[in-house]
Amino acid sequence: MTMVQIMFYLMAFIALASALFVAASKSLVRSVFMFFVTLLALAGLYVLALADFIAITQIVIYVGGILVLILFAFMLSGKEVLADLQQQNNRFISISKFPALLLAVLFFIVMVNIVFKTDADHLFWVKKAVELKTEITPGSVMVNNIGINLMTHYLLPFEAISILLMMALVGAAHLARKERMP
Amino acid sequence: MITLTDFLLVSAGLFCTGLYIILSKKNAIQVLIGIELMLNAAILNLVAFGKYDRLNNGGQLFALFAIVLAAATTAVALAIILNVYKKYKTIDPGKVDGLKD
Repeated sequence: MTMVQIMFYLMAFIALASALFVAASKSLVRSVFMFFVTLLALAGLYVLALADFIAITQIVIYVGGILVLILFAFMLSGKEVLADLQQQNNRFISISKFPALLLAVLFFIVMVNIVFKTDADHLFWVKKAVELKTEITPGSVMVNNIGINLMTHYLLPFEAISILLMMALVGAAHLARKERMP
Repeated sequence: MITLTDFLLVSAGLFCTGLYIILSKKNAIQVLIGIELMLNAAILNLVAFGKYDRLNNGGQLFALFAIVLAAATTAVALAIILNVYKKYKTIDPGKVDGLKD
């Protein structure tokens, strides 16, 4: 067992365990902070998949942006919501949650089945990439290539996403404004 | 050597946890967290396959796009949640059952 493998299993375990904790925990605040741990563990997994730039983006945008936004939203929504949440009885397995659990488990079985049927390591193009040595190796620096590709090959999605971001910004500002009294 | 199958299995687990959170929670913010978890599972798949695409970086770039999209989604969804809270004084999706006027 190499160091990389140990790190991978550690990160995968942390990600899955904290995700399950998010699903099981009673208090909202605790689950938001455990979600933070999940996101950091996922950034670690991205590094192990040799995508360091994506890992940094994940930390900056998800952990720095989205999580703060979520915390901000439920701090704004007042004491009553928090009190409301605390007293509702949500044990992990109760009869009202059984359908959700059943669906999730069945879906998981289907997905694992598909993963093993696909046998991703022996896909045609993956094997070809290994043969032609066009896979990313631990020593290669991908940031330059990502920047060039973003501005040439993927310019259209880039522009589309920038317009969509602006629309989302305007929409969020519009939704969050104070209603003017007529 | 970490194989692709390992990544796919971790991602399947995360996806199903997100699905369970969405279906079982009675709180819009937790449902949103479930959606983010499912999105992250998809991004993990993109990144894992992107390892085998050195020239075009398709997987990694679309992972970037997905992260940006998730940020936009969250901002709008939270604005909607705040509005719903102002109107109904609850954020339980099961209790929000009317349109405007």
